[in-house]
Amino acid sequence: MITDLFRWFGDPAHWSGPDGIPQRLLEHLGYTALSLVIALVIAVPLGLFVGHTGRGGVALVSAGNAIRALPTLGLVTFLFLLFTESVTSTIIGLVVLAVPPILAGTYAGLQATDHGVVDAAEGVGMTGWQRLWKVEVPISLPLVLGGIRNAVLQLVATAAVAAYVGLGGLGRFLLDGLAILDYSEVIAGAVLTTLLAIVLDVLFALVNRALVPRGVRLATAAATGKKVAA
Amino acid sequence: MSFFEEFGRYLSSANSRVQILGDLGDHVYLALLPLVIGIVLAIAAGWLGHRWPPARQVLTVLANLLYTIPSLALFVVIPGLIGSKILDSVNVVVALTIYTTALLVRPVLDALDAVPPPVVAAATAVGYKPLRRFFAVELPLSVPVLAAGVRVASVSNISLVSVGALIGTGGLGVLFTDGFQREYFSPIVVGIVLTLLLALVVDLILVGLRNLLTPWTRVAA
Repeated sequence: MITDLFRWFGDPAHWSGPDGIPQRLLEHLGYTALSLVIALVIAVPLGLFVGHTGRGGVALVSAGNAIRALPTLGLVTFLFLLFTESVTSTIIGLVVLAVPPILAGTYAGLQATDHGVVDAAEGVGMTGWQRLWKVEVPISLPLVLGGIRNAVLQLVATAAVAAYVGLGGLGRFLLDGLAILDYSEVIAGAVLTTLLAIVLDVLFALVNRALVPRGVRLATAAATGKKVAA
Repeated sequence: MSFFEEFGRYLSSANSRVQILGDLGDHVYLALLPLVIGIVLAIAAGWLGHRWPPARQVLTVLANLLYTIPSLALFVVIPGLIGSKILDSVNVVVALTIYTTALLVRPVLDALDAVPPPVVAAATAVGYKPLRRFFAVELPLSVPVLAAGVRVASVSNISLVSVGALIGTGGLGVLFTDGFQREYFSPIVVGIVLTLLLALVVDLILVGLRNLLTPWTRVAA
């Protein structure tokens, strides 16, 4: 199995053209990035609003949980029959699935912010807007980024499933390989999809380190009893 | 033909009703068996990680890594790893067991950490040996945190089983591939609705079980 896999990756024909690895990888990244941006535009402001004002929190959480139970394959096939076009229907499906984790992370982050800190910010004369951007958002950033990270993993996995309705991307190798019973192509597709997910996950950990303010990192570390380089 | 006519015709056919019920039964089995095995494995792993810090590091990193693997990729890799046939439903059971375990290792560790040390010390003092203490004192006290994780895992399993239809295993996912191939909305809608209902019913059962297993939380309230 391993030698077949190496032979597959070693074949130059798999590295060029419209169904080559670079093209498929770019497609997969493209679907992921586009849906992520749309989902962020919808979910972050909504999560910030609900978390900041505390209005509609229960409705938000239950709607999010219901969407999480939606079967991805069902959603994608349903949307495909509705729009009869694979890219449009998949992007809509991907956005629907990416919104709940981002929303949940943003809302939970703001909810978990210590009320004493928010009161203190109000006490020193900060407006609601300043409180949100200078206090609540930086403190809740780890949870917000955690939600976005979950959304990205979900997007990479679902974009592969959407190859079933004719979408490009790395899922093509998996399903085309299955259709012609070429197991090395199937495994190559699985390896590529997994590598993409892991690389994006590691990138996210780095972004997290770069964006989360040092004070918040230290406070989290102190709370969990870990040491960090200050 | 309007959607409702199509829908009525689909549901009135005895054939499709038999198929729906069969798929639902498969779905329950394929989603819940991994949940049960995953809970047992995660408790075992959590016990090890709690007692032995080096194992804890390895388990946390491994769980995180396994959870990152996209579902379709994991489903198709399993046959190569355990030597099963590619269309065998055991692949889905193994893959979902891996996800469930990976998802629950963290909550089990957190829950065991949260058991108050005086409680453990008291149990030791009245003569509990470590293994019995674990099952009689530490594990029951971790149920509330563990239950939250199990509920997430159950929803995720129930939703993921459908992806198995792409590699030919049963479950409600068959209704999606069937509807897609015949360009027919009804099976897809029925599949989605039944998946959501199943997730809801299992969640209610899990909440009931948790309440049953944690009588002290009601006394305190």
